[in-house]
Amino acid sequence: MSDKSPDKPKVAFYWCASCGGCEEAVVDLAEAILDVVAKVDIVFWPVAMDFKRKDVESMADGSITATFLNGAIRTSEQESMARLLRSKSQLLVALGACSHLGGIPGLANLFDRASLMQEVYVHPPSTINAEGTLPQTHYQDNGHSVELPALHETVRSLDQVVDVDYYIPGCPPTPKTFLAAVQILLGSELPVKGTVLAPDCALCDECPRKDTKPEKPVFTEFKRPQQMLVDEEKCLLAQGLLCMGPGTRSGCEALCVRGNMPCSGCYGPTSRVRDQGAKILSCLASLVESKDEAEIDRVLSTIPDPVGTFYRYGLPGSLLRRKKPGVRQAPLPSR
Amino acid sequence: MLSRQPSASETSQAKFEPRIVAFFCNWCTYLAADLAGTSRMKYAPNVRVVRLMCSGRVDPQFVLDAFAHGADGVFIGGCHPGDCHYQEGNYKTLKRYHLLKRVLKEMGIEEDRFRLEWISAAEADRVRTAINQMVEKVRDLGPLNLELKDLENAYAEEVLV
Ligand code: SF4
Ligand code: SF4
Ligand code: FES
Repeated sequence: MSDKSPDKPKVAFYWCASCGGCEEAVVDLAEAILDVVAKVDIVFWPVAMDFKRKDVESMADGSITATFLNGAIRTSEQESMARLLRSKSQLLVALGACSHLGGIPGLANLFDRASLMQEVYVHPPSTINAEGTLPQTHYQDNGHSVELPALHETVRSLDQVVDVDYYIPGCPPTPKTFLAAVQILLGSELPVKGTVLAPDCALCDECPRKDTKPEKPVFTEFKRPQQMLVDEEKCLLAQGLLCMGPGTRSGCEALCVRGNMPCSGCYGPTSRVRDQGAKILSCLASLVESKDEAEIDRVLSTIPDPVGTFYRYGLPGSLLRRKKPGVRQAPLPSR
Repeated sequence: MLSRQPSASETSQAKFEPRIVAFFCNWCTYLAADLAGTSRMKYAPNVRVVRLMCSGRVDPQFVLDAFAHGADGVFIGGCHPGDCHYQEGNYKTLKRYHLLKRVLKEMGIEEDRFRLEWISAAEADRVRTAINQMVEKVRDLGPLNLELKDLENAYAEEVLV
């Protein structure tokens, strides 16, 4: 990569509970990545270069200019890496929806750990596990022992574990969003701590279909894209589809809508909204046409999975954070 | 926000006093509650009333925020259908209530912890019975313990496997 130079900013990348898509987004910068690489020293990037934890441990506190960490925090190892990188970095940047708000892995907060373990290791139709063997954090055999990270009960966003300086939203952030954020961070004036590095307005604002968005769309049914021929020009809400655009931060240039799919909300809320799911729920429910309770229920029942829909990328970062433990679930492991 | 010092009484389930946050519309339920007060009707002292200009002003975020800050139940009181000072405010509330109820259920919050009632300015007795009923139901359910502090504690005390 670049020459090691004392005055170039040192940058690290790390991943926690994520799918790898955010790393991909960095690589997707294509030629633009060369400009970035020329301006910085990459001192840690396990997905692409051979670094180990001990390399980070040997660095002085605060010696990394900025760490971009993607993924939610779910295991003991992720938590400890987040703490380590926090202490070694002047700036810690949450990259992508999982790190920002909990992301898709955050939907695990609708379950408890015990039932998840059962579901994954004991009950799948493709698995025969009569003894109910579950992963252990410690295993000893023939004088050799292996340690594995432990799984936490609750998935957390990065800022629920360590102090975070900036956020880059998206699942994943588009290359353009990432590049713009890096340029801001390399610039001379840093934004206010805690800033989400993307425009602070709703997606509808940059949507190519916004001129066809009615003042007040009304719903008699929430349709799903596979049930209809979706008009490629008309606002998706106006077509009866559940588009999260009005409750989602812009910056992606309406990628999904351009692909004729409703926005599912990955850029999170704008700064004026605390809980994206509650806000979009409020907006959509009030657009139901009927005033009759039974009919209201019928229309709303066409949203089969409200939490998975409204909080798809942000359950851990929402006001409630997780399902109340112990309600109608398998008993928790003994405490 | 609500402060939540678990009092000695709270440690035993029997003496648990539910904390209910009530959002009352200024034109109806709030006046009814006022009337209940001046008529010396007694209702359970467990409600913290927040007066809003219309039940339609109750952003679902307020409800979640109340639960996340230690409320064991949330009550919304608005004008009867057709009587809202802002025409449609209570219908919006009704629609949001129906969807929010489903979200709360999925999040493990029992149905009896969230209630919507239409109560006109004259119906002081209804404030009393609705509140009393709700307090009793929530008392039976026990504390919600959804407060951030509870979550953090659970996190710290968690036995990792
Ligand atoms: S609701 Fe969706 S389709 Fe309509 S303008 Fe907003 S982002 Fe575009
Ligand atoms: S349209 Fe919505 S879901 Fe799609 S990339 Fe943009 S913010 Fe994310
Ligand atoms: S004014 Fe009372 S509910 Fe709208």
